Amino acid sequence: MNDSDTGFEVLEPGPLTLVQDLGRFGYQHLGLSPGGAADEHAFLWGNRLLGNHPKCPALEVTLGGLVLRAHKTTQIALTGADLQARLNGEPLSHWHSHRIEAGDRLELGYPASGVRGYLAVMGGFQFPPVLGSVATVMREKMGGPDGQGRPVEAGDCLPCPTPTARQYDRRLMGVLSRFIPDYRQPLTLGLVAGQQHDHFRGRDLARFHNSDYRLSNRSDRMGIRLEGEPLKPEPAGILSEGIPFGAVQVPPDGQPIVLLKDRQTIGGYPKLGTLCPLHAFALSQRQPQSTVRFRPMTLDEAQGRLRRFYRFFGV
Amino acid sequence: MALWHIENAGPEALILRFGERMDPQLLPVIRAATERLAALKEPAPGGDKPPAIRDLVPSYSTLLVCYDPVLNDFRSLSGQIRQCLRGLEQDLSDNRGGGRLVEIPVWYHPQVGPDLERVARHHGLSVEEVIRRHSQRDYPVYAIGFAPGFAYLGNLDPTLATPRLDSPRQTVPAGSVALAEQQTAVYPIATPGGWNLLGRTPMTLFDPDLEGLCPLSPGDTVRFVPISREQFLKAGGVEE
Repeated sequence: MNDSDTGFEVLEPGPLTLVQDLGRFGYQHLGLSPGGAADEHAFLWGNRLLGNHPKCPALEVTLGGLVLRAHKTTQIALTGADLQARLNGEPLSHWHSHRIEAGDRLELGYPASGVRGYLAVMGGFQFPPVLGSVATVMREKMGGPDGQGRPVEAGDCLPCPTPTARQYDRRLMGVLSRFIPDYRQPLTLGLVAGQQHDHFRGRDLARFHNSDYRLSNRSDRMGIRLEGEPLKPEPAGILSEGIPFGAVQVPPDGQPIVLLKDRQTIGGYPKLGTLCPLHAFALSQRQPQSTVRFRPMTLDEAQGRLRRFYRFFGV
Repeated sequence: MALWHIENAGPEALILRFGERMDPQLLPVIRAATERLAALKEPAPGGDKPPAIRDLVPSYSTLLVCYDPVLNDFRSLSGQIRQCLRGLEQDLSDNRGGGRLVEIPVWYHPQVGPDLERVARHHGLSVEEVIRRHSQRDYPVYAIGFAPGFAYLGNLDPTLATPRLDSPRQTVPAGSVALAEQQTAVYPIATPGGWNLLGRTPMTLFDPDLEGLCPLSPGDTVRFVPISREQFLKAGGVEE
């Protein structure tokens, strides 16, 4: 048997488990969204705990429910939403790496907090990349275990490399508690003003920056819809243009939408600006009905924070 | 007068604006700028230093430039872009256009274009006249988006402008040729969609295994060529 064909067997996939990396770049001009891990903060911690390259593919487990059988002896790391993981029935610590023996049963429950848990494995899950990435974009039928954009299903084999003895013996590591976010805490989103910011009147902007917005249930990897004080941009539509990650657009109903990893590449709604991506990652871990606020952020501050973040993780 | 200006689009992107209106005159300018900046999207030869630019997204009157914030900040990249685009006007007067003409064969028929008869009735035209008016014009590609390889083509003969469906279809088959308001397009892959379907092409408009992936880019010109059912099937078209 080819050793690289074994890894983890999927017993139950949960509501939505996707293979993700940092995304598929270079094809947005053809209408392909970059995709990739919705919360890069948790994703990158998973790889770091295992000493992986930061781009190693991991599983993004939305709302839990994933049950796996290990067919390989290796290390894994659990980060992001707290899915109350159990190994052979025993609870596993979160934001931590763990040793796994062939035959072990790994069970992820439903999130106590957050939305998306990340399961990283030593060396990363191994699937053939499509246009340079394994990132799953279901709508576009790109990436994932079959290369055609489907989520992880029961019966799938999720291959991963066999660690060397030295890798396997790597000290188990956890994230320091001061770096672990609490996804139930109130969140203030830094907004870099730009694009159609001047389509919004001063009164609208004051209202926008001084009120709470609630996350709608109709949110997904494309975007998070917010509900609160309606805004009235003038004019209400623009010529479609490219949309960056974290853009805050306002459709005719006046309720802002934050555009995330699986967003359409171009769109014609006016935009207030773009969130600091670190805040967009945190936003994607907020459960529906949570409330958020906005604050203005300068471009320099947002770029400085982002640069420190990526340098820390070696991206 | 400058042809364009640069604005920030958050910490990982900036946007070049060439105008505010839908104008076919802008397309060769944006295309030429995209081609020049593509050099910054390639990895530096020999090294594994990542490219300065990750993505270039041209659309109607803009060009979004996505970049790696670790390697660049807004000011330095804006400077590089200004330098790279110096003399763009000259390029254009030397080589007007630069886009290709792409002919797309279409079998116009109610069997694969379930809205063809309704569009004809809506405008008080015969089906043959709708086909004639749709296929006699050359359409510039304004943008690609919505779905992989979905090209926005404009402008329709104004007498064909038809509102979108009240409720989008769950699935529009790949190759469907459609129109909505002033624009027309081909659905490259099966997706939900609310445009009016007139027919279907046997041509592949997006294929991840195909070199180039997509035969169209902004600034190209599309001409629809009516074909018969026999020609459609012979070219590999699928009726269902």
